[in-house]
Amino acid sequence: MALVQQSSPHAHRARPTSRVMLWVIIAAVPGLLAQTVFFGWGNLINVVWCIALALATEAAILKWRSKPVGFFLKDNTAAVTGLLLGLSLPQFAPWWVSAVAVFSAIVVAKQLYGGLGSNPFNPAMVGYALVLISFPLAMTTNWAAPVGLWQDAPGFGETLSAIASGQQTAVDGWTMATPLDEYKHKVGSHTAAEITIHPTFGNFVARGWEWVNAAFLAGGLVLLALRIISWHIPVGFLGGLVAMSLLFGTNADQYAPLSLHLLAGGTMLGAFFIATDPVSAATSHQGKLIYAVGIGALVYLIRSWGNYPDAVAFSVLLMNFAVPFIDYYTPPRTYGHHKARRGLPTRKQG
Amino acid sequence: MTQLWNFGGGVHPPENKSQSNSRPIRPAGLPAKLILPLQQHIGEPGQKVLKGEVIAQVGNGMGVPVHAPTSGIVERISLEPVPHPSGMSDTCVVLIPDGEERWCELVPQPGYRKLERDQVLALIRQAGIVGLGGAGFPTNIKLRPSVDRKVDTLILNGAECEPYITADDMTMREKADQVMAGLRIMAWLLRPARVVIGIEENKPEAIAALRQAADGSKTEIAVIPTIYPSGGEKQLIQILTGQEVPSGGIPADIGVMCQNIGTAVAVADAILQGKPLISRVMTATGEALAEPGNFEVLVGTPTSHLLTCAGVDKQRMSRLVLGGPMMGYTLPNTDIPLIKTSNCVIAASASELPAPAPEQPCIRCGQCAEACPMELLPQQLFWHAKATEFEKAEHLNLFDCIECGACSYVCPSSIPLVQYYRFAKGEIRLQRAEQQKSDRARVRFEARQQRLDREQQEKDQRRKDRALAAAKAQEQKTADAQTRAQDGTVTDERAGKSALVEQALARKKAKTAAASAERTEPSTQLSEEAAPSETFAPENADKTPAAETAPSVEELEQQLTQAQAKLEKMQSMLEDARSGQAPNVDKLERAVDKNIERVRRAQRAIDDAQQQAVPANRNAEPALSRSND
Repeated sequence: MALVQQSSPHAHRARPTSRVMLWVIIAAVPGLLAQTVFFGWGNLINVVWCIALALATEAAILKWRSKPVGFFLKDNTAAVTGLLLGLSLPQFAPWWVSAVAVFSAIVVAKQLYGGLGSNPFNPAMVGYALVLISFPLAMTTNWAAPVGLWQDAPGFGETLSAIASGQQTAVDGWTMATPLDEYKHKVGSHTAAEITIHPTFGNFVARGWEWVNAAFLAGGLVLLALRIISWHIPVGFLGGLVAMSLLFGTNADQYAPLSLHLLAGGTMLGAFFIATDPVSAATSHQGKLIYAVGIGALVYLIRSWGNYPDAVAFSVLLMNFAVPFIDYYTPPRTYGHHKARRGLPTRKQG
Repeated sequence: MTQLWNFGGGVHPPENKSQSNSRPIRPAGLPAKLILPLQQHIGEPGQKVLKGEVIAQVGNGMGVPVHAPTSGIVERISLEPVPHPSGMSDTCVVLIPDGEERWCELVPQPGYRKLERDQVLALIRQAGIVGLGGAGFPTNIKLRPSVDRKVDTLILNGAECEPYITADDMTMREKADQVMAGLRIMAWLLRPARVVIGIEENKPEAIAALRQAADGSKTEIAVIPTIYPSGGEKQLIQILTGQEVPSGGIPADIGVMCQNIGTAVAVADAILQGKPLISRVMTATGEALAEPGNFEVLVGTPTSHLLTCAGVDKQRMSRLVLGGPMMGYTLPNTDIPLIKTSNCVIAASASELPAPAPEQPCIRCGQCAEACPMELLPQQLFWHAKATEFEKAEHLNLFDCIECGACSYVCPSSIPLVQYYRFAKGEIRLQRAEQQKSDRARVRFEARQQRLDREQQEKDQRRKDRALAAAKAQEQKTADAQTRAQDGTVTDERAGKSALVEQALARKKAKTAAASAERTEPSTQLSEEAAPSETFAPENADKTPAAETAPSVEELEQQLTQAQAKLEKMQSMLEDARSGQAPNVDKLERAVDKNIERVRRAQRAIDDAQQQAVPANRNAEPALSRSND
């Protein structure tokens, strides 16, 4: 028997990309469950639909690009993209909105840039931002009301048919403005007490949303514990958001309070599952911190002074733009060196 | 408690040490042959050698001698495959043991403290001791740092962080006293302020043994956390001192020196027992071995012998690794000899060290950066290496990579990162070598160009100097002439000059007069136009009058005979032509006439020559007298 000839190291940790991505999917399950419990079947249906669509699209384009379809499909990255879109889109978003989002995420944002590892932008957020701008009505009016506030709550079948019908807007009684949206529209003209009297805020911070965010936080902590993500991006994201909130918006009558920023909208999903996409994030620890603080700050800026109630997608994409710039200035200091070598190699004279 | 620091990164691969550290160290015994790689050698085939005898001396300072690991006969000196990642061959002495194990004479130096330090270093060199940790750097050179690098901290590296390997662990357990003795010798040589042995916490028996052996001494036993690569020199220094070895520098730059456990034992054996380094403790492990463990192995033992000792199942063995699973390299066959730096052989089964999964795209997850003990950006280095952007890779400190393999170990995309770095380093080194070569060529060319320019300049200068000298000489001459003219009748410069010109003219005239007298006097029949023709008469006239003597007459007679002969020939030819009515009759007639004329002229010239001689000089006299006017 001929002896294997191989360069070192000979030992390898058995945690391939597919397993990493699988862990991301598993860690998102609590959040998905919370969404389902508090907002009905919409997210679950969206997740299944988006994942199926993402895998199919990925397979088609891989085939078109003459790449090994099975090899790349098994890395689970397309499934994660589908999952993230399913978790982010409004519960009653019509099927074609999801389809456009998934298509632009997989085909445009990922494969046209060279596939896995080569995309400068977070694919799921490219898809999300595209449909948010293209279909504002479908993307703003289809947010499900928290379960307790539904009149004539829809079952699984009704939700599925609502999504599959392709109607721009779902039944009025099933949907409700999100807490961030509600606050944004009333702040300034109403006091905090007057705003939060709206049922969407519930008894605590934001009915349903607070639990969804808590569940995503829990899932994110699992990823941290497994060292699948490093602490830099979630901490930077939340830190940037908190810092901005403390700096500008301590007065709840004028700005949404910190608790709402942290526990409403896509904050935790963004901090632990979206901004942590390694491909489009900064490289070094320092770079990741800067990148994530930037996202957190932009989220606050857009939520407070922009046109959109939530802002994770835009913030992530904007900071994706900045990644090469951040990487340029934030290489770590290597052992045995006095300081880090920033920038690009300077050409030697002559 | 010794204060400890952390190094960035590190990984926790499965240790796999219990397979080999549960049995005591066993002697591997005598193999059928020993293959000893050399750089230089003095042994002769057929020569009988004793155990411990030097069979290879070194010429330069960067090597140590090689000793016969046992008594026997040198079978041959030849190129044999040696343990090297490239699988290269090198000159080796092949020794056939005679089984007698007869030692040469050994000279122990238990009282080494009475010797000079240089003498002890020479003994260490003579014993053939090199660093047994891996690089094989001569220990005597390492133990003698330059004057400006005082070693304050001597570290004995007992971390042994690579999985599978337990050679140092077992050595510390069983030879703790020798380890301490070797350490004391090295400490005596270096006189450091601090001596510390760093051991990973996963070796409790070794820690206990060394604590006991070190009892009462000032040597610190530092128990460090188990994390790969804590046994890397730079990492261990950081753990134990909190200092970093400067990039491109050596530990002595910050006053630290690391020595290996096995090296300490070898030093103790060499000084206290006089024994050269002819064997070492090696781990033989892996699932293909029935009795894995540690062995005292003679240097030069073929791998197959050690594997047999450990009960190899060749059918199960799919990969043979020399060294650990993180940094070791695969051996192509089992004939490769084990050498001083070989610390472990892993005979791995296919399931134990499976082939890596196919490489996937890098997702920049950063696990590699988390693992890197040198705090590099492995994924960026990978991108640049893959894109052959070597300049950028170098900018990100590619050459600080110690190739520990931690990044490849954790990579979820199964990218052979270390191989990419080796590739990039190799390419950069190649480029540098070529750059150097072209630089040297440029310097050579420029030097040549300079030399040629300089030579040209010197030549020009010489020419100028000569011209100047000539001008000066001319001036001098003029001045002289002037003085002479002033001394004479002419007073002004112009008169002097004209006097010179007149002198020259007079000389010329005298010459011409002499010549024309020669030509005109003897015969008026000799025309001027005939002078440059090929006839001998004008030739004669060109000659100076003094030369007109007897031999010339003889010559003329000879020419006359020739001309007469030619004439006769011509006449006979003419007659033939006339009788044959040939068309060239006229031509021949003219030629005959010409020859008749020639003969006549020759005859006359002879007569003239006989008459002449005396009047030649008489003709010149009036010309000379005229010049004095």
